[in-house]
Amino acid sequence: MKTRSTFAAIAAIAGIAITTTATFAQDVPAAVGARQGQFKIMALNVGVLGNMARGNTEYDAGQASAAAANLVALSMLDQSFHWPEGTDNMSIDGTRALPAIWENLPDVVMKWEAFGAAATGLAAEAGNGLDALRAAIGPVGGTCGACHDAYRAPQ
Amino acid sequence: MRRIIISLAAIGGIALGGGWLATAPGSVSQDALAGLSGDPLAGEAVFWAAGCASCHAASGAQGDARLVLAGGQRFASDFGTFVAPNISMHPAQGIGGWTERQFITALQHGASPDGQHYYPAFPYTAYRLAETQDVVDLWAFWQTLPSADTPSQPHDLGFPFSIRRAAGVWNILNLQDDFTITGDLTETQARGRYLAEALAHCAECHTPRDALGGLDRTRWMAGAPNPSGTGTIPALTPDKLTWSEAEIAAYLNDGFTPDFDSAGGSMVSVIANLAMLPEADRLALAAYLKALPPVGE
Repeated sequence: MKTRSTFAAIAAIAGIAITTTATFAQDVPAAVGARQGQFKIMALNVGVLGNMARGNTEYDAGQASAAAANLVALSMLDQSFHWPEGTDNMSIDGTRALPAIWENLPDVVMKWEAFGAAATGLAAEAGNGLDALRAAIGPVGGTCGACHDAYRAPQ
Repeated sequence: MRRIIISLAAIGGIALGGGWLATAPGSVSQDALAGLSGDPLAGEAVFWAAGCASCHAASGAQGDARLVLAGGQRFASDFGTFVAPNISMHPAQGIGGWTERQFITALQHGASPDGQHYYPAFPYTAYRLAETQDVVDLWAFWQTLPSADTPSQPHDLGFPFSIRRAAGVWNILNLQDDFTITGDLTETQARGRYLAEALAHCAECHTPRDALGGLDRTRWMAGAPNPSGTGTIPALTPDKLTWSEAEIAAYLNDGFTPDFDSAGGSMVSVIANLAMLPEADRLALAAYLKALPPVGE
């Protein structure tokens, strides 16, 4: 009996979760939601490192290394399925991705690889103290900016 | 009858002549520069604060490439497309052959050495508020910049904007010699105002414009449509930009919002400039933004 009610409760929660997901999913195509999700994960992990670099939180070598490793992992996600044609900000609402992305794919790929290289450099240094972290996070920020400068519309 | 015609012609001639004179470009006087000598190191700080590289270096340039002011970036507007000219030290293709006085006349009066108006895509409207010592220092720094031999490209403008004299009329309507934000400011806020209004020309993008392209000073930093594409340039007034002063200053240094989203668009280059300034200047900019009047809806 107890098992049954627990199961029902989980089902109810799952039902809510599915409904909520569906509500969000209606806004943008799944591929757009997926790529926005990966950038949110990126921002969260950059935030762990950035808050240490800014002196907002205490430096922690283990956390810094973990966050940097997450950025490296993200940089290795194959992007083939995240950027279908017709998902630029001229074609659909809910995205700031400029059509220029699809007109300059080799350059976009190069910029994404530059992020990966900078993240790898950061992962090598993030555990070696606050000064090492500060020096290595700048290049990562630079690669974010380089892509956003060219390929993301303002708010 | 003949006398009337002659009188009318004379009146018309005077009116035209008056208009011609009123729309003539100004220039800085030699006296204003007398006794001043430039410090290139101080001029470098002016260079980054004034954002010269954002328009005149190559698009997306990083590091030392931002000192190569070869021009070529294109800026779409309602009036046509402006192309940033070569302002490197090249004696023929750039401005290496200019005098200090010609340079400062260009910066603060929007006029070329041969007396032509520049278009206000070039923010001489802001730079005219700069201290003379700062622009003298800037010219001293300019002497250290590299030379590039890329020829400047012509602007692509429709009539009547293709007539440079039209900028003289625009200047009568829009040039001002006072800061927009007035009243009692702390020393820090005043420093921020100087940086924002005279050098960094934040309002050029963050303030909406009237039909003739002049800044709407009643809606100062209230946000505006993006002139070169889709989207909106965000408002900077304290009712809209709710970040703390420390968060604003940090954003202007490392390019991350409080949520660690990264800056995009033209702000990437602006932040590359402002990151070169002392921290106190970024905090001053933040203090100035917090002193702006809210714009509401």
